[in-house]
Amino acid sequence: MEPNTAERSTVLEYFLTEQQKVVKDLARRVAEERILPVRADLDEKEEFPWAIMKDLADADLFRIFIPQEYDGLGEGLLTLCVAAEELGRACCGVAVTYAASALGAMPVLLYGTEEQKRRYLPDIASGARLTAFGLTESTAGSDAAGVRTTAVRDGEHYVLNGTKQYITNGGEAEIYTIIALTDPTRGPRGASAFIVDKDTPGFTFGKKERKMGIRASSTSELVFHNCRVPKENLLGREGVGFILTMRTLDSTRPGVAAVAVGLAQGALEAAVAYAQQRVQFGHPISAIQAVQHMLANMATELEAARALVHATARTIDAGTKNASEIGAMAKVFATDMAMKVTTDAVQVFGGAGYMRDYPVEKMMRDAKINQIYEGTNQVLRNVIALDVLKRKGMWS
Amino acid sequence: MELNIVVCIKQVPGTTSIKIDPETNTLVREGVESIINPFDCYALEEGVRLRERYGGKVTAISMGPPQAEQALREAISLGADDAILLSDRAFAGSDTWATAYVLSRAISKIADYDLVVCGRQTLDGDTGQVGPELAEMLALPFVAYVSRIEEIVDGSMRVQRMVEEGYETIEMPLPGVITVVKEINVPRLPSIRGTMKSRTAEIPVWTAEDTGIDPGKAGVAGSPTRVVKIFFPQRTRRSEMLQGSLEEQVDQLVEKLEEVV
Repeated sequence: MEPNTAERSTVLEYFLTEQQKVVKDLARRVAEERILPVRADLDEKEEFPWAIMKDLADADLFRIFIPQEYDGLGEGLLTLCVAAEELGRACCGVAVTYAASALGAMPVLLYGTEEQKRRYLPDIASGARLTAFGLTESTAGSDAAGVRTTAVRDGEHYVLNGTKQYITNGGEAEIYTIIALTDPTRGPRGASAFIVDKDTPGFTFGKKERKMGIRASSTSELVFHNCRVPKENLLGREGVGFILTMRTLDSTRPGVAAVAVGLAQGALEAAVAYAQQRVQFGHPISAIQAVQHMLANMATELEAARALVHATARTIDAGTKNASEIGAMAKVFATDMAMKVTTDAVQVFGGAGYMRDYPVEKMMRDAKINQIYEGTNQVLRNVIALDVLKRKGMWS
Repeated sequence: MELNIVVCIKQVPGTTSIKIDPETNTLVREGVESIINPFDCYALEEGVRLRERYGGKVTAISMGPPQAEQALREAISLGADDAILLSDRAFAGSDTWATAYVLSRAISKIADYDLVVCGRQTLDGDTGQVGPELAEMLALPFVAYVSRIEEIVDGSMRVQRMVEEGYETIEMPLPGVITVVKEINVPRLPSIRGTMKSRTAEIPVWTAEDTGIDPGKAGVAGSPTRVVKIFFPQRTRRSEMLQGSLEEQVDQLVEKLEEVV
């Protein structure tokens, strides 16, 4: 059997199961053998990593969180986080493509009927079809109530009209969960969720965005023009679109946090290696206390974030009712940490770090979006504060 | 249509670490990492892809010492459904002929198969003989150096075979035997399910008795090959600088080349 190399990168003991260790090792192998050699190229060319998606599928990584009865492994969020971290360590753009497919699948898992699950989950598990989640619009980001896309019932169909923007995996995914208003008079309570297949007439793709970072991932507009979706594709019932969105994001934010932890891990490793070989004043800069303290802070904050992500994922896997708050905490803490650690990694590299010859400038560009998507860190602090203030009476 | 595919694999020392014991003329295996012969990985991957395309089953088979079981477990993690280890003191010291004989007996015992896939050659022995010998002993059609399997229809398979300048398209009836080249695919990495399965999979060990071999035809006794000596050839290099004008140098060079040819 392969030596358990992946375990060496963490200093704390996370008590993974045998299967979780296998996931970690295999995800690391895919990352090092298939992603690392091409990550700079994917970034430069803004190319969607189809070959890598095939590798992830062959390795069973899309099966992790899908129940066994739908050809999945029946593992939980923690195992997904373990895989996402390893992919993030090599390339955040690839890792987010993977994580976004979990995001798109989550509404089907949480709200799908037996028939919907049978129809979609096995293909998601095998990696045959990628998924995406469509909430954001030009008028609706942090304010989910700003959704303008409508879905009007017409016999056996709902007719969708509107435009979604900044949708991760847009244009590449084949299964989309779309949030649209079935009752515009009721605001957020009038929102519903639909599964929309890529080839549905009236569903097209607009602009493909050119991004600062995570450039291997695809981000694009989804355009619905009299797009007729069978009524069987409604998830849950009319009006649950908003709560479905909240529940979906609650259970996927730790995944974003895990990618950020992996990203920071990659940056720390690069910074440590560089500091030990870069000679100034006659010795490696790793001998300079100012540099040592930077590396120490990076390692400490990184491990704290990893511990929080693991504890959060375990708590959610155990069925907590408090997923909103802890998911937000993990996401905010880990992504702020990743921004800081990648920025400091560039600093350790000095001028070389600013050059595209080294991987840390990409890591710093990739880090920024993690503080923005799946709930900006500002909006998520509101979520946390709400629960903190509610809980005050319970402290004694 | 379902395909019952047998893939022959061999455990070999890792690429960068081959050493030969000058006393015994055999490979030094102590302390050397063992891997599946890389060409056999392409054979295994192609078998798994055929199963994904047509349905059926992939059985990995290896003749070797007890530790070759590890290579078979790895084959399961890479997609093989089953594995069989052929291991017996009577097999020890087999050359390619005796190896092909043991494999042919074991594959005959499997009986219900459509296709046998081997790598073009091994990293350690490097002969490329076992595949064709095996086909001969099984009395089956054989194509070497397959770089692409185009289609399998009605018990017949169309393949591309690499030749020096391009490739040939060949149609062969099944069951049959092929050896594959590295151009045929990019082998996948192990899967999670495969790895979990490989840890607990039962790998039957077939002995000389199980395979029903004639003991005189296996092992050292059944091997016509005798290794007299293994040595690294002396590399002798002489260099000579040609002098004079360009024309003179060219004339001298032509003269020298004519001496050699």
